[in-house]
Amino acid sequence: MDMTRENIINLVLALLLLVVPLAASQMGQPFTVTLATRIAVLALAATGLNIALGLGGLVSFGHAVFFGIGGYAAGILASHVFSGEPMAFGFEGSNQMALIWIFAVIACGLAGLAIGAISLRTSGVYFIMITLAFAQMVYYFAISWPAYGGEDGLSILVRNQFPGINTMVPLSFFLLCYGVLIVCIGLFALLRNSRFGTALQAARQNEVRVASVGISPYGIRLTAFAISAMMTGLAGALYADLNKFVSPSMLSWHMSGELIVLIILGGTGRLFGPVAGAMLYVIFEFALGGITERWQFFLGLILLGVVLFARGGLIGLLAGKARHG
Amino acid sequence: MVDLAAEPVLEITGLVKTFGALRATDGVTLDLRPGEIHALIGPNGAGKSTLIHQICGTLRQDGGTIRFAGQDISRTGVAERARLGLGRTFQVSSLAPEFSALRNVMLAVQAKAGSSFRFFKPVMRDRSLLDTAMAMLERVGLAGRADIAAAELSHGERRQLEIAIALALGSKAFLLDEPMAGMGPEGSKRLTGFLDGLRHQAPILLVEHDMDAVFALADRISVLVYGRVIATGTVDEIRRDPAVRTAYLGDHA
Repeated sequence: MDMTRENIINLVLALLLLVVPLAASQMGQPFTVTLATRIAVLALAATGLNIALGLGGLVSFGHAVFFGIGGYAAGILASHVFSGEPMAFGFEGSNQMALIWIFAVIACGLAGLAIGAISLRTSGVYFIMITLAFAQMVYYFAISWPAYGGEDGLSILVRNQFPGINTMVPLSFFLLCYGVLIVCIGLFALLRNSRFGTALQAARQNEVRVASVGISPYGIRLTAFAISAMMTGLAGALYADLNKFVSPSMLSWHMSGELIVLIILGGTGRLFGPVAGAMLYVIFEFALGGITERWQFFLGLILLGVVLFARGGLIGLLAGKARHG
Repeated sequence: MVDLAAEPVLEITGLVKTFGALRATDGVTLDLRPGEIHALIGPNGAGKSTLIHQICGTLRQDGGTIRFAGQDISRTGVAERARLGLGRTFQVSSLAPEFSALRNVMLAVQAKAGSSFRFFKPVMRDRSLLDTAMAMLERVGLAGRADIAAAELSHGERRQLEIAIALALGSKAFLLDEPMAGMGPEGSKRLTGFLDGLRHQAPILLVEHDMDAVFALADRISVLVYGRVIATGTVDEIRRDPAVRTAYLGDHA
């Protein structure tokens, strides 16, 4: 990897997100570790969205649906272990994260294919609205489905387990989430530089060009949308375990908006844009949230500033324009 | 010389396209034979672009048929027509602006290989893509500009890049929509020389306003006026055709 300015910044961000919680844990500040975990999980969710939005130019305003499905996968599977009631086909549920993640990723992949197959027949504002509509449908379904807590949500009494790790220790759980995040950022990087990534980004830049070399943009976009959904769904499963709670709010349009905001703050389509965005977001939330309940007003001002004066987000501000090879 | 007995690569029969009361394409019949440059000329608004759009598949005709490489493509989509070997350049360059010249051509190379669903291998270290793409850039004289983003290339260079892309697709026919437009005299001359050789790789349907280039290159010329082909013939036949002279060539001939 050549050490461009952006790569150095990425490395610094990656180390910062690792070193701060390690130090905080040493100093006996578990709350800081929890904040860092929140950053890692939100960054993971936004990295998923960044595949559709950043690389593909597909402004999905409904990615909370995948975040929520991932969360409910964790909550539902765990709840059956506790209640002792088997699920369908005599399956007893699971409190093993690895299995839960597989369920979350498969469920979100299928949901992504179904929602994408219909939504991708539209573009622009219609695409934004139709993805929002799908997410709202699932949101209201979750609210009105009493089996898993309905509006009140579903508690995960004991955090799900991962072999060799005590997930109840905040630092251990953080390291697990951080590891998953780094692996997924690596996948994002591979995807972006691959043949598939070339076609996906070209379709964002110029759809007609892609079609006239003989590649159908629809198939490329649908695949990207499903992969994007899977990654965001994985983040949802971790988020539910972080909070030991899942509720329909994970599915709400606020959540979809929050993910878009993270990406724009950090830098659309940039490898570490979601990480930078999640850091800014969570730190604002914590720092300003302690002073005023209306911290989102100030977040709005900052977002306005980014959109008007720093289109590449924080990464763009620090590293300059993106290079595409 | 064009072999008129040869099986046409592209064959358009009785093509019709109407927009309300306007018959933009009015029963157009023309063909493209192996090894030839067939120029399509006509005044502004004659329906050249509408015709090109129908051949590429971006517009659906109301009537008539289009056959290409031995099969009926009248109802085939844009991407599928490209896969069959219909390569085109655009009146206004159509490229992926953020990508380098090289990566624009690489997109075409991977499309030709039918390998766009590969998710892991970095393209910039993929010799099979890089070498082929680089060879295409060399052929059009853009090798020195391979790393420049398409958006930052000059107008003429973008034209050359589009041709490199069509070459990379291994097209069985080229549809070139005003490739000389906006080029300086030096650039036009160079491109004319290049197209002259290109016809031996695959025949060219050339839409062009630059009459010097058309007369220098074309084996046959079709003249389109108000959506109709009023004449098809060799350069000399077209120059002598009285209908063409009044309708189009005016004093230039």
